[in-house]
Amino acid sequence: MSSPETSPAPIFPHRHLIGIEGLSPQDITALLDLADTYVEQNRRIDKKGAVLRGRTQINLFFEASTRTQSSFELAGKRLGADVMNMSVGTSSVKKGETLIDTAVTLNAMHPDMIVVRHQNSGAVELLSQKVSCSVVNAGDGAHEHPTQALLDALTIRRRKGKLQGLQVAICGDILHSRVARSNILLLQTMGARVRVIGPPTLMPTGIERFGVEIFHDMKKGLEDCDIVMMLRLQLERMAGSYVPSQREYFRYYGLDYDKLSAAKPDALVMHPGPMNRGVEIDSAVADDIHRSLIREQVEMGVAVRMAVLDALARNLPNDPDTAETAK
Amino acid sequence: MTRTAFVNARLLDPASGYDQIGNLLVEDGKIVDLGPDLFNDGVPEGVETVECGGKVLCPGLVDMRVFTGEPGAEHRETLALTSQAAAAGGVTTVIVMPNTDPVIDDVALVDFMERRARDTAIVNVHPMAALTKGLKGQEMTEIGLLKEAGAVAFTDGDKAVANAQVVRRAMSYAKLFDALLVQHAEEPALASGVMHEGELSSRWGLPGIPAAAETIMIERDLRLMELTGGRLHIAQISCEASVEIIRAAKNRGLQVTCGVSAAHLQLNELDIQGYRTFFKLSPPLRSEQDRQALVAGLADGTIDVIVSGHDPQDADVKRRPFEEANFGAIGLETLLAAGLALVHSGDVPLARLLDTMTHVPADLLDLGTGRLAAGLPADLILIDTDMPWQLKPEALKSVSKNTPFEDRRFQGRVLRTIVGGRMVFVHGEEG
Repeated sequence: MSSPETSPAPIFPHRHLIGIEGLSPQDITALLDLADTYVEQNRRIDKKGAVLRGRTQINLFFEASTRTQSSFELAGKRLGADVMNMSVGTSSVKKGETLIDTAVTLNAMHPDMIVVRHQNSGAVELLSQKVSCSVVNAGDGAHEHPTQALLDALTIRRRKGKLQGLQVAICGDILHSRVARSNILLLQTMGARVRVIGPPTLMPTGIERFGVEIFHDMKKGLEDCDIVMMLRLQLERMAGSYVPSQREYFRYYGLDYDKLSAAKPDALVMHPGPMNRGVEIDSAVADDIHRSLIREQVEMGVAVRMAVLDALARNLPNDPDTAETAK
Repeated sequence: MTRTAFVNARLLDPASGYDQIGNLLVEDGKIVDLGPDLFNDGVPEGVETVECGGKVLCPGLVDMRVFTGEPGAEHRETLALTSQAAAAGGVTTVIVMPNTDPVIDDVALVDFMERRARDTAIVNVHPMAALTKGLKGQEMTEIGLLKEAGAVAFTDGDKAVANAQVVRRAMSYAKLFDALLVQHAEEPALASGVMHEGELSSRWGLPGIPAAAETIMIERDLRLMELTGGRLHIAQISCEASVEIIRAAKNRGLQVTCGVSAAHLQLNELDIQGYRTFFKLSPPLRSEQDRQALVAGLADGTIDVIVSGHDPQDADVKRRPFEEANFGAIGLETLLAAGLALVHSGDVPLARLLDTMTHVPADLLDLGTGRLAAGLPADLILIDTDMPWQLKPEALKSVSKNTPFEDRRFQGRVLRTIVGGRMVFVHGEEG
């Protein structure tokens, strides 16, 4: 594959990336292939590209996130964009007004990309209707987190060589997890088989209609799995509201070597971070360089976000002068 | 003495089953006579004549669930505008909910509403009073005094009265005055979500409201009624299970009635797709199977009344992420048209549809209207049941445009609305 700097041909037929829903296997493969080239670029000493030179990228985070925000910031900068970070407090009573007002205000500054995280499902879609640039969803409520699913897919594909036919288990708080929703959609689109494992209180209503297998017994659920994806459980949900206590949760749903032994011998462990060690995952498993992909996921995150920004930018209207210089 | 003759009309009185081509004479705001033989010798001199062209002339509609912005939220809708929207929709009597600011929980507020209605509204307006002070669900209001002042029923509007002891005592006490209690049936702890709980709420990542939130509250209140007696009306039901519960309760002889909104008869949870907040209603729009059960319950008489659930909400509280947006949709101007869709689809006969919007709610609230009969106030509507039209938000009377029927094509609309003999709406003449 040729380097992205010399092949600005459109590869992704969408203006925004709001979710995995609606993406074809071709769309996903194109992004993953492009991301592979950025993995190589990011491992060089000179990591700087120019495909987004002259472009302005705004990271608009209504919900705090060190990890995702810095990943997007680095991705934009390595592509040559000017990146501005905006963290909007969530304390304001009129969050909705803030959202639309902020969208209109930012749009007047002529950004090319807005990366948005918001605590409400659908908020990123709403914002995308009010701006004239491309919008990337960095997580909306319990709805979707498409770049997380893409980076997980890239991590798996590089280790296992494929996604098709793999057995993947997603474990923990499925109910509140946008990561779970995006991963279920992506993995199914790419031909993997998905299981969800967790207590009934953390399963969404109607999950049986998502085309996944449901398990409440973790060891049974992990049998024959190639990939074990752990989810973060918010600490406030462990004090009796959804599960009785941390220690009871860890006893039945924390990933330790004993439970992991039910999966395939070469099964790999993933976690979107940040981890609650000793709650959903045992430290020894999380740090096992032979089984855990957790650090690799962070690396793939930057590459995937570069691919997404690049792919969306190729669809933006191009000023002819800028296009000349970019070549 | 003003006299108006409606000639060559299809006189339709759902209460008596009367349905004939004939004429009707209004004098000083009252119906004085009607029938096919009236005016056999011609319309007398000095009588204004309205040629009805064989269209349906029936009692004006009674909408027993309307939220208005006055007092307290006039920017959403004044009582005057609410009444104009009602007139355009063929609603001659509007029952307003007590969820205003201040809350209608005191005799002075009932007086205020009646005075504002008399001074500014072009249709009849009667308030329901709060069942509990400040809608807080704790202490009952002065049911006797409020009823004397003109409150037609008692409800906390869009809030459920959650405390079973409060409901039990209010039911028991209300019997003293034969007062009707109206409950918004939603167990609050289970109803913390924003849409129907099911596969779609899970896919869209929105917190759900299970149907059980509604059925638990209905069944609880029915058990309390068995202890206390009295009259209970469930303001709006939304799911199949509620239809079955009400049907069984009626068979047991309980004095329970229930309503459904026109929106819930026409729409389902799928309409929310794309996080469209105009479809965020309380109770929530549920599955297609639930919708069909509601239509069947309406046809077989389990459901007693259709309401608009009219609830004006401005752009500031609707143009938000779905979870943050307010509940509610306007509906006065689409009530009849949305109902007629069920007639055209063959699900409900016209007379049955009109039952649920005329004499049945009028009798529940003891209004003494809702019929075509000599001596009653001339609250009438002339309807073309077939006229095609398309709903354009800019053509709506309401300043709040939160209609779930934007751009919807309807068949059938109101040609004239008459309140107390006065022509308050004439199709094509509104400005």
